[in-house]
Amino acid sequence: MNEKIILSVENLDITFRTNAGLVHAIRGVDFELPAGKTLALVGESGSGKSVTMKAVAGLLDDNATVNSGKIFYNGLDLLTLSKRDLRKKINGQQIAMVFQDPMTSLDPTMTIGAQITEGMLLHQKISATDAKDKAVELLKLVGLNEPEKRVKNYPHQLSGGQRQRVVIAIALSCEPKILICDEPTTALDVTIQARILDLIQDLQKKMGLSVIYITHDLGVVAKVADFVNVMYAGKIIEAGTVDEIFYDPRHPYTWGLLLAMPDLDTTEDRLYSIPGSPPNLLHEPIGDAFAARNRFAMKIDEREQPPMFKISETHSAATWLLHPDAPKIELPRELRLRLERARKAANL
Amino acid sequence: MRNEELGIRNADDFEFIAGRDLNVDLNFASQGYWKGVAVHFCRNKLAVAGVIIVAVIMLFAILAPIVSTYGYQEIVAVNVDGKQIVAKSLEPQFAGEAQNLFADKTFLFGTDDMGRDLWTRTWFGARVSLLIAFVAIFIDMIIGMSYGLISGYFGGHVDNIMQRFIEIAGSIPTLVIISILAIFMDKGIGLVIAALLVTEWIGMSKISRAECLKLKEREYVLASRTLGAGSFHIIFKQILPNTIGPIITQVMFSIPVAIFTEAFLSFVGVGIVLPQCSIGSLIEAGFNNITVLPYQILPPICVLALLMLGFNLIGDGFREALAPKIENM
Amino acid sequence: MTKYVAKRIFMSVLTLFVIIFVLFVLIRIMPGNPFPVERMSAEMILQKRAELGLDKPILIQFVDYMSMLLQGSFGNGTSLYNGAPIKPILLACLENSFKIGVLSILFGTTVGLLLGITAALNRGKFLDGLCTVFSILGVCIPSYVFMIFLQYFFSYKIPFFPYFFDPSRFLFSSIMPSLSLSLFTVATVARFTRNEMIEVMNSDYVKLAEAKGLYGFELMRKHVLRNALIPVVTVIAPLVVDLLTGAMVMEKIYGVNGVGKLMVDAISGDGIDYNYVLALGIVFSSLYIGIMLVLDILYGIIDPRIRLTAKETA
Repeated sequence: MNEKIILSVENLDITFRTNAGLVHAIRGVDFELPAGKTLALVGESGSGKSVTMKAVAGLLDDNATVNSGKIFYNGLDLLTLSKRDLRKKINGQQIAMVFQDPMTSLDPTMTIGAQITEGMLLHQKISATDAKDKAVELLKLVGLNEPEKRVKNYPHQLSGGQRQRVVIAIALSCEPKILICDEPTTALDVTIQARILDLIQDLQKKMGLSVIYITHDLGVVAKVADFVNVMYAGKIIEAGTVDEIFYDPRHPYTWGLLLAMPDLDTTEDRLYSIPGSPPNLLHEPIGDAFAARNRFAMKIDEREQPPMFKISETHSAATWLLHPDAPKIELPRELRLRLERARKAANL
Repeated sequence: MRNEELGIRNADDFEFIAGRDLNVDLNFASQGYWKGVAVHFCRNKLAVAGVIIVAVIMLFAILAPIVSTYGYQEIVAVNVDGKQIVAKSLEPQFAGEAQNLFADKTFLFGTDDMGRDLWTRTWFGARVSLLIAFVAIFIDMIIGMSYGLISGYFGGHVDNIMQRFIEIAGSIPTLVIISILAIFMDKGIGLVIAALLVTEWIGMSKISRAECLKLKEREYVLASRTLGAGSFHIIFKQILPNTIGPIITQVMFSIPVAIFTEAFLSFVGVGIVLPQCSIGSLIEAGFNNITVLPYQILPPICVLALLMLGFNLIGDGFREALAPKIENM
Repeated sequence: MTKYVAKRIFMSVLTLFVIIFVLFVLIRIMPGNPFPVERMSAEMILQKRAELGLDKPILIQFVDYMSMLLQGSFGNGTSLYNGAPIKPILLACLENSFKIGVLSILFGTTVGLLLGITAALNRGKFLDGLCTVFSILGVCIPSYVFMIFLQYFFSYKIPFFPYFFDPSRFLFSSIMPSLSLSLFTVATVARFTRNEMIEVMNSDYVKLAEAKGLYGFELMRKHVLRNALIPVVTVIAPLVVDLLTGAMVMEKIYGVNGVGKLMVDAISGDGIDYNYVLALGIVFSSLYIGIMLVLDILYGIIDPRIRLTAKETA
């Protein structure tokens, strides 16, 4: 790859202390984000996608321990920084975050304007009036009507969609290089979802942002992402470009995810769902964590974790099915049909 | 591919696993609601400690007065040369330890200034206090739940009027209510129970109203209403069972309040009257002699504190078990 | 906001009026005799009743009583039992109780807040554990147990503090009463503050503030403290009521001539003094309703959600 890598995560491993015991939430995660591109992190709830991103933003809860790993931002390992340095130099100015639920992510006792200018006043040499003007400008940029009036409002006076725009405005206030969006649209109405996604894409182009989406919605991924990482039980199990994941998926879990996505041409009566539920990471899984839910599980899956098998320069997946000795398998009919349709539609 | 680096394999490595039913979810075996609550509750060490404390005290309160050699009102005395010598204000003793006329008798907690055995009286008092608390809170629960459910279920004007009433009733300080009751009634168990009845039901009704408001919008209630179920059926068969959890929590927190209220009323002299005894009246008696005979106040105070602690721990445990936080899972 | 305050004040006055009416009627329709019968003949009682206006219809009596109340006296102004005037005694008692009460609520909330904040900032560490144990004990063990022990050890065993309250040495002799009275407040406020703080610190908006780059004291001051402390105002009202109850016991233990003791005397003596019960009932109710009103308005001022919603609906 010849693009500049702005963020790279290497072998990240995180455990949480809980009352029930240690939960090994992140079990060795590697990925890279090229500058100016969009990366989507996909997985079920509890697969570790949010935790990974919180680690990148330095926002892990107190009961989390990073056992190993490195997070390089422009060559600087963020995990070696003190909390103070991280907040002073990185948060807001380099890496900003948009949270899932706009109803809870704004301080209810502070005006919108104060919340937007807060970061600017903290990091930049800027006067209060200039900051306020900039806040109005930002609100205009994120498409909020009557921005002059809105800066004096409190969060409870705005709707969910308006609040999420405010959260995005806050994230952009210090002109960050990376924007992490943690399921930015799941709490919103479908019509507003699309508008928020368009807005982020638009801003990305204007400001040259690199964006990471955390989501479980493959529809969102198809719309916005350049690269996709699929996470399962604290590991990345398939990584590739958006085309590779959607038209040529290799991991049975990714197949399940794609099949579970509603599709107009589907011939089945019932929507497919992956059987079972993700493993409880209180107990370290032996072998492939997905084996118990995998129709194509082999005996080795119960003994040994599959490594990442490389399929192309950009595409790799962690499943023993890709081992040269593994039996060739027939894709499920429904999935095969679907992939064919998708490829045809995309003219591949 | 670096398949050689991955080590030596077994011959059957790449055989599919056969004979599994993938639809059986092994991670989250299905579990009843109350079973889940019970499991959570038992895992909470403090809550279990609370249960043990309360159980032990209740056991003593039930059994100790029955098996005791002395009655709770009995003044222990011996005849010496035709004269009655009363076992007044004896320090705690085991048979044969103390060198006095009562050397052969056991007074685990000593005797009071009237010559009554404090061991028997303490447990008898605990029994009275617990009885008052249970009776009062049980009636409160019934009144409060009915009031709250009716107010919440019917809503509109009914709710409005009923809530205004509660607002005003709730603004009268407990003390004022007690003083009014004291005018109407004689001192004693009845007054204490009445005071608890008038004050404690409000909290219960607020909780059951809130639960009812939440539940009546649920799909299953709407469904049965569409099917023609009557209000009575819906309230008692569908809403009531689902409000039990929060109500039990509230009951667990109300019992110590009731025990405390009894102790407080008896202490200031408008509660239990002699020769009856309760935790509160025993503390009052002990307090009057505290400088001379400090041992007398210890048993009732310890029982009171342990009861309050125990019930509060149980209440906390219940609350957490009913709404487990994710971090505690 | 003005409308919100006006509405609150109106509701409080109305509630108080209803309470006084109910109290008055209840006490007037009381069976039995308000006078010490053994010292008075039937004729004397009849004469006394007429003198006090007790033979008029209840509503007229109530109007008379209210007009006297508004002029600042409690009915005919004397104890029915011994004929002594109520107002001066009541005022003297009120002063004692009020001073001790204010001291303990100030001490209780300050220490409680500090403890709660310290515990939350050191979550899961030794200090937090200590604070939790203390607040569980404080909430579970009735305050009069503390009072008795404090008095026994620090006024009797080690006779440093005076055994009884002495109005002539107000500050020194009120240390023990107000300290023991405030323990429950300390424990409740500490526990509540700690839980609120932890909830706020785990909230999304604090995470967002951290994502902006705020940390340390600045984060606490701007986002955590304000949001965590607003709800604490709501627990103070019920605590004041508990304080009234606690004051009754405290006044008995420390021999304070206060309103609590007055109430106990009025209802537990040989005869019940109706005028005192009524006067004290009015005093307690107005105190309670007044405090609730002040806290309600305060809450409205510091929380923009209430302040602005009130404005919009007004």
